[in-house]
Amino acid sequence: MKANELDQIRSVIKTNKRADLIFALAGFLALMVGVMAFVTLFGEMLANGWERINPDFFSNFPSRRAANAGILSAWVGSLLVMLVTALSAIPLGIAAGVYLEEYAPKNWMTDLIEINVTNLAGVPSIVYGLLALGVFVYTFGFGQSILTAGLTLGLLILPVVIVSTREALRAIPIHIREGAYGVGATQWQVVSDHLVPYATPGIMTGVIIGMSRAIGETAPIITIGALTFIAFLPPSPITDTAPFLNFEWLFSGFTVMPIQMFNWTSRPEEAFQQNAAAAGLILVLMTLMMNAIAIWLRYRLRKSISW
Amino acid sequence: MSVVNKTLVAVAGFAVMSAAHANVLVKVDGSSTVYPVTEAVAEDFQKAQKGAVKVTVGISGTGGGFKKFCRGETDISNASRPILKKEMEECAKLGIKYYELPVAFDALTVVVNPKSKINQLTVEQLKKMWEPAAQGKVSNWNQVDASFPDAPLKLFGAGSDSGTFDYFTEAVTGKAKSSRGDYTASEDDNVLVQGVSRDVNALGYFGYAYYYENKAKLKAVAIVNSKGKAVLPSEQTVIDGSYNPMARPIFIYVNEKSLERPEVRQFVEFYMKNGPKLASEVKYVPLPAKAYQGNLEHLAKKKLGTVFGGDAEVGVTIEELMSREAKM
Repeated sequence: MKANELDQIRSVIKTNKRADLIFALAGFLALMVGVMAFVTLFGEMLANGWERINPDFFSNFPSRRAANAGILSAWVGSLLVMLVTALSAIPLGIAAGVYLEEYAPKNWMTDLIEINVTNLAGVPSIVYGLLALGVFVYTFGFGQSILTAGLTLGLLILPVVIVSTREALRAIPIHIREGAYGVGATQWQVVSDHLVPYATPGIMTGVIIGMSRAIGETAPIITIGALTFIAFLPPSPITDTAPFLNFEWLFSGFTVMPIQMFNWTSRPEEAFQQNAAAAGLILVLMTLMMNAIAIWLRYRLRKSISW
Repeated sequence: MSVVNKTLVAVAGFAVMSAAHANVLVKVDGSSTVYPVTEAVAEDFQKAQKGAVKVTVGISGTGGGFKKFCRGETDISNASRPILKKEMEECAKLGIKYYELPVAFDALTVVVNPKSKINQLTVEQLKKMWEPAAQGKVSNWNQVDASFPDAPLKLFGAGSDSGTFDYFTEAVTGKAKSSRGDYTASEDDNVLVQGVSRDVNALGYFGYAYYYENKAKLKAVAIVNSKGKAVLPSEQTVIDGSYNPMARPIFIYVNEKSLERPEVRQFVEFYMKNGPKLASEVKYVPLPAKAYQGNLEHLAKKKLGTVFGGDAEVGVTIEELMSREAKM
């Protein structure tokens, strides 16, 4: 090989490597924009709210005195609403996703439904609030309750769960299906024994994204009539007399963390801004904790998959 | 379904904390302006009752509150303005009768930057700044008055959904909701406080509590009242009626049927007894003691309805308000 040819190749390699480096840098910068924004916001909340975080803050009800005000009704409300959201959206979303992917005939009707489900994910949340006000609050008579809020947020994240279920099912190698059918499994056996278990990690990712969105939602919750001042907890779901379970809490009035925060930020007293920052901090930690649980579950489930 | 089981265990964990509950509930909703007063009363009332009665307070605005109230969904409605004709008709449709009880004053405060040379303004001058005709035209302080400095006029005010906006526009331009649109509007008064405190040429308006908490950053402007005297907002000038027309009474409306329930009656009576103390604590101006007493008498005499007849009104003194005949 002549020396100048070698030089030519070297220069090509050099150019390509430079392009590589430039892209890596650009990618890193793009990542940092998101990370730094979060770190800055989180840092500011930490700096402003840190002092307020103590056991009393979690066990006190809201109060006109900033120093006595706490988030008890808000965090309990948020958790209960999230519980209803998870219990309604996850089974419905998975069932709908599995049907669309595995059972539904491929025709224009299915296509139409598919387009609509994807579009629903982009509908502003307030629209869900208005829908819920008409349907859940007045038509079904659920009132301004935890049940209404949970179902509303459930509807809100349903498209995300459906879409992620379908993506996860599609990612399963076709051999799994063929193998199972080959040994004589029915469609239900294929779905319940193979497809859904294998798709669970992917579905969990969708659930995480959906639930993280739901816990921070304010607009639809305000629309359906969440309260701002509530200094008591919903009735306990566990009772000491038979049947030991009590579902009255579903129909209780409530408030959630974002509403409590919003109320505090609009107060004239400076001290309430601290409370708002502290509540924001807790809300972020709640979201992180929820995600951590889901990620841990996903990890365990992934380990148990053996193809 | 181990996910479900785990969450159920988690719920059971904190559920134990919620004590046995009573179903005695007083539901309040409505204006965000009245909210701080009612919240304070609700907080103390629940403490006094040792949890035997539960009170919830929501914020859906004066109008939103009346919608729920006239459907019979709430026992008490917070209102930063009197009930309007349309809302009276709504209530009448379902046969909802109500008591109208003024509970405190809110003094709209016109503020400027502490470095500003402006100390007092007439309603006429405010009108020049805020009327719809000023839009795009009045943009310099010296256009409002030749003696004012040659400096850009930066306006900050309430968003059009708030009762504060309704009242201010009514008081200044003579017609509710009639205002220029090219100003910095926000429903969050803290945004307005920040805006005015950072700009020497700014002027803004909001409730007295926001001025009081931010006294160091703002300067209140004295308003020339109907007698030609420039008056600064304060507890005293509001009560004696000299701070006009920017002081307005705020109300609670109580459903007549609900009042028959002992817990609602106790709550309202507690409100009238502790209202003065709690209103000043949250930086509102309490009514004269006679007025709270008068409210209780109106309840006893079953004086139902509103004394405003469904119209917005500006600058009514509390004495006049208490002595007027109420109509359904």
